[in-house]
Amino acid sequence: METETVTLQGHIIDSLILAKVLDSIVMLGGQFDLTDVNIGASREDSSFVKIQINTPTRELLEEILEAIQPHGATVEVEADCVLGVAPAEGVLPDSFYATTHLPTQVRIHGQWVDVKGSEMDLAIRVQKDPPSARMIPMADVKKGDLIATERDGVRVFPLERPKERDVFGFMDAQVSSERPYRHVIGDVARRMKNIKEIRQSDKCNKKVLLAGGPAIVHAGGREALAWLIESGFIHVLFCGNALAAHDMEASLFGTSLGYNLGIGRVVSHGHEHHLRTINRIRAVGSIQRAVESGLVKDGIMAACIRHEVHVVMAGTIRDDGPLPGVISDSIEAQAAMRAALPGVELALLVASTLHAVATGNLLPATVPTVCVDINPAVPTKLSDRGSFQAAGLVMDSSSFLRELAHELGWKG
Amino acid sequence: MSRLLVCPPDHFGIEYEINPWMRMTNASDTKRSQVQWQGLIRTLEKEVGVQLKRMEAIPGLPDLVFTANAGIIAEGKAIPSRFRHPERQREEEYFEQWFESHGYQVIKLEPTLFFEGAGDLLGFSDVWFGGYRQRSDIRAYSRITEIFQKVILPLELVDNKFYHLDTCFCPLSGGELLYYPGAFDSYAQTVIESRIDKHRCLTVPPHEAERFACNAVCVNHHVVLPSGCPETMGLLEARGYKPHPVELDEFMKAGGSAKCLTLALD
Repeated sequence: METETVTLQGHIIDSLILAKVLDSIVMLGGQFDLTDVNIGASREDSSFVKIQINTPTRELLEEILEAIQPHGATVEVEADCVLGVAPAEGVLPDSFYATTHLPTQVRIHGQWVDVKGSEMDLAIRVQKDPPSARMIPMADVKKGDLIATERDGVRVFPLERPKERDVFGFMDAQVSSERPYRHVIGDVARRMKNIKEIRQSDKCNKKVLLAGGPAIVHAGGREALAWLIESGFIHVLFCGNALAAHDMEASLFGTSLGYNLGIGRVVSHGHEHHLRTINRIRAVGSIQRAVESGLVKDGIMAACIRHEVHVVMAGTIRDDGPLPGVISDSIEAQAAMRAALPGVELALLVASTLHAVATGNLLPATVPTVCVDINPAVPTKLSDRGSFQAAGLVMDSSSFLRELAHELGWKG
Repeated sequence: MSRLLVCPPDHFGIEYEINPWMRMTNASDTKRSQVQWQGLIRTLEKEVGVQLKRMEAIPGLPDLVFTANAGIIAEGKAIPSRFRHPERQREEEYFEQWFESHGYQVIKLEPTLFFEGAGDLLGFSDVWFGGYRQRSDIRAYSRITEIFQKVILPLELVDNKFYHLDTCFCPLSGGELLYYPGAFDSYAQTVIESRIDKHRCLTVPPHEAERFACNAVCVNHHVVLPSGCPETMGLLEARGYKPHPVELDEFMKAGGSAKCLTLALD
């Protein structure tokens, strides 16, 4: 991908000069992104825009620049990124550049260098010799690290539309319970099937991530999710103490938060079942041992252990127990989730506000993401927080998982 | 009373070729050009009633006669031209001197920012239009907008026969526009149509546009234009203007006519 930024100023709106420049870029086969737009408040005021042009080849870029320069498009003078020194452990220089989850480059010694990692709200640590850069969380900063500051010498690439003409191709984060969802589930299923096939044939590291909340168990999605895991469609699971606890409660007691899953009624002293479950798992030392010893016979966690799914359990302040393996230090949990992300090519965020938003924050914008929740506020919150690539689906998690599993061949 | 700057054609001639009208082989007739220029001056002074300021002709600068390209004047400020062609860049210092010696606040553009004065920048009271692509650089207009705090809409000129805006675009005192759409790209045509009511647009036919019917001087209800443009005169008369045709074909050999030979000073 070749790129160049140009500026355009003056009465560029009423004179159709902006329209002409953008039309020229597109007609010649380039793509553009308006990276800075300052439209005059009234017809009398001048406007200013910064246009980033992206093309597959240098030749096409040159052709476009030649075509638009007579209309006032001026190539921006490029500068190296401005570096600041981290003043203390875990402290960034005051004017640090805050990242987006889009592919990013920084200019070091006149050369544009890809920034490793792609996550929103981090900083960029730069090494000058040899030139390299990586996104890092605030907590990982060491005193004396060189950090990109200001905006000069940093550029961000807009998402290319995926080649597949499915729900992710439209990048439409609009959320509504009024919209049909079957085609979304169909598209998700097709992607999962593809990833599974590629994993089997190429032995590559492509993965499907599911981040989920305990409502999956309460609402009856447990069997479908366990089947998806057992059938090799899901490779990473992010959850909290509750999903694991209620899943294993179902295995041990046939209840979820005390409700009998078969008859749908509270059973006597049922509210204690999840505590007793947690206690028994703590007694054997780990979920893995609980599954291997036959204590936990079925369900989501058992499927994860048997199929070597990478599970990250992040704790919260309301957790009971917690279960062994739950990471109760949030920063450690973030780091463990981050470490599990390389290779993730599809993310399903199901029935959990906390884990959906946390996972959304960590995911690069290039990862197709679906957020499923019965509460429209969750997918909306996710897109409001910048995960604009996430397709929102307002529906019950159990219906989603069951339909998805049926699409993929589940007979349950 | 309106005031215009003119320069006698004492050293006018075709000494180079910088537009499709100029042919070194098609020399101008010195005597005829003098007579035609005097005819224009007489019309402007006696029939239109404008006050003329004459600047001195300079040997070796044949196009100094086209004072429309001296620069742009408004609110006591003068922005001298920055010519695209080296042949005309030599005129810049004389125009600058004239502005300075006549009390204008001279604001200079950077030398590489091509801008050919009132040849390319014309307008109505509320909006100005700037021709670009042939001679002036569109970037000059964002600078001039800052200086005069005026809306300037750039219009792309696509036919090199109409290399300055004033060869194909003439705002009239009553708010009408005399113009030739074929000189503009489609975006510019849309901009003109969106800014000026359809019934105020007087469209000049191609054969009269090529006689520079739009290169006219409008003062109040008088319009001084090159002779041989009867349809344009009819359009003007129908709107209550009084056309004054003047024989100026000697200057057409250099690609200029009535408007090119004058610069509005007010």
